[in-house]
Amino acid sequence: MIRIEKLHKSYPIGKESIHVLKGIDLHIKEGEFVSIMGSSGSGKSTLLNIVGLLDIHDEGNYYLNGELIKDMNEKKAAILRNKFLGFVFQSFNLISYKTALENVALPLYYKGVNRKERLEIAMEYLEKVGLKEWANHLPNELSGGQKQRVAIARALVTKPKVVLADEPTGALDSTTTDSVMDLLKDINNEGMTVFVITHEEEVAAQTKRIVRLKDGVIVSDELTKNTNSVSHV
Amino acid sequence: MFDIDRWREIFQSINKNRLRSVLSGFTVAFAILLFTLLFGIVSGLSNSFKSAFADDAQNAMFVRVWQTSKPYKGLQTGRTIQLKNDDFNYVKEEYENKIQYQSARIYKNFTLKYKNEANSYSVRAVHPDHQFLEKTIIDEGRYLNEKDLQEKSKVIVIGRLIKADLFGEKPALGKRINMNGSSYLVIGIFSDEGGDNEERLAYIPTTTAQMIYGNNDYISQINLGYNPDLNLDQAISFGNQLERDLRSKLNIHPDDQSALSVRNMAEANKNVGSFMAILYAIVILVGSGTLIAGIIGISNIMIFVIKERTKEFGIRKALGAQPLSIVWMVVQESVFITTIAGYLGLSLGTYLLSLIGDSLEKDYFIKDPSVSTGIVVGATIVLIVSGLIAGYIPAKRAANIKPIEALRAD
Repeated sequence: MIRIEKLHKSYPIGKESIHVLKGIDLHIKEGEFVSIMGSSGSGKSTLLNIVGLLDIHDEGNYYLNGELIKDMNEKKAAILRNKFLGFVFQSFNLISYKTALENVALPLYYKGVNRKERLEIAMEYLEKVGLKEWANHLPNELSGGQKQRVAIARALVTKPKVVLADEPTGALDSTTTDSVMDLLKDINNEGMTVFVITHEEEVAAQTKRIVRLKDGVIVSDELTKNTNSVSHV
Repeated sequence: MFDIDRWREIFQSINKNRLRSVLSGFTVAFAILLFTLLFGIVSGLSNSFKSAFADDAQNAMFVRVWQTSKPYKGLQTGRTIQLKNDDFNYVKEEYENKIQYQSARIYKNFTLKYKNEANSYSVRAVHPDHQFLEKTIIDEGRYLNEKDLQEKSKVIVIGRLIKADLFGEKPALGKRINMNGSSYLVIGIFSDEGGDNEERLAYIPTTTAQMIYGNNDYISQINLGYNPDLNLDQAISFGNQLERDLRSKLNIHPDDQSALSVRNMAEANKNVGSFMAILYAIVILVGSGTLIAGIIGISNIMIFVIKERTKEFGIRKALGAQPLSIVWMVVQESVFITTIAGYLGLSLGTYLLSLIGDSLEKDYFIKDPSVSTGIVVGATIVLIVSGLIAGYIPAKRAANIKPIEALRAD
């Protein structure tokens, strides 16, 4: 599903440039539940941004669903994101003036689905995350855990190949953290590839595979005891 | 191009962000309101000028004579110049293709009498074309015609006020009135926009007057309407040429203004025209300044709005929005607001102008202030284009920010 070979990325800061990713090799197969661990500055967010086509890598190869990602322009990236990827952010990133239902339906608008169908599908997914009754509430009327569940519903609504979650529990307390992780586990159990970035051991421990990043290189890559049938290469 | 979903997005965005929508709309509405009022008031001024000259035809020329003030070819100063039928015919033949209307005018003062009512009035002996030169409006009956002139008929066309003086409410048409002992048939009653004096006049045929009063071929004045195909400069040079020719024909010194002169409406029109042109130039300058201020206002607000929405655009892009769809969303919103607000400003301005109406005519010479359809359409196009520019430039920049940077914005 995701194959990364010798990936490099540097950011220019003034005249200097910081080498953030120094040759990452990573292969994530369909249906895996992977967490990327690392302290801040380890390059884990940069890796997610590149995987999520929100940023461009300098060197190396990146294949998403078998397609080599190269010479991306904004338009192509937007189409691929809409088709293959679902995002869950630490700060939820819901649009404040849209209701929960409209937020969930938004990716379908960019996919070109008509309004009636959009709202029906969005409602289905809201029900799945247990927020059907909250469909017509604005984000500021929801709790943090509810917002993140709306965001997850939004990430799933286009039936993406991969869900990318950037510190999805970073802004949540422990109880809601558990409910969000349970939801991600459910999604993975249905066969969806889930890719989580976190710096919390407890969160990483609930995934099936932990990749540890330090100073832009992978220092360890191991399966957890949660692994059943799916294995990695 | 019409996309109901996009419009829904735009209405939602406008509706949920009312304050900024109203603010940006207000700037434009106010600019257009000022522009409309300014233009309307100047057009009111222009209307006043036009109506000041509305009494006579716009292309009128008057050949008038007095006494010589310069000796010429052995002739003494102080000689009285008399125009005759021969001069009238000379002008007619010489300048046939430059003249639209031509009439002689003989001034008389007579007592008009009907039954017991009598009064003294100015009477003009004229040709049929005089009607068009003086813009005489026939209310009843008819004006003088060629047949009246050939037959030297004793017919008379009287002003509305003479009719009121002599006949009161009773019909005057077809009645005979007595003028200095001769009986004249009333064939028409007229009104004139030139005021009361112009409506206390009577017209009789030139030939009749020449036969009955003096039995000569004298005329007091030649009135012309130059061919409307001539432009103002051509008309002015025609007037000058006519003046030279007649002076030479009547043995007048070429520079003797007080013996014979041609009063040419083209010259007055040219002066008014250039005055109005300057006034309009000022209005266009000030008006475009106002519009530009409005456009800059909305541009500033749009820049602010887009900064505020950068994160939203980042989210939309992460969810699959293409840059162009973001640009379009912003531009369409901006055009929508400017157009609606501009239209409101325009309507309010037009409404205020219609309230003013003619109430300022007496004191401020502003008559019927209004804006033409052309101006309205032009201003609307300017608005749409400016909304387009005001939205496009910042939106383009926002859409090109990388999604990760946009998402980081707050």
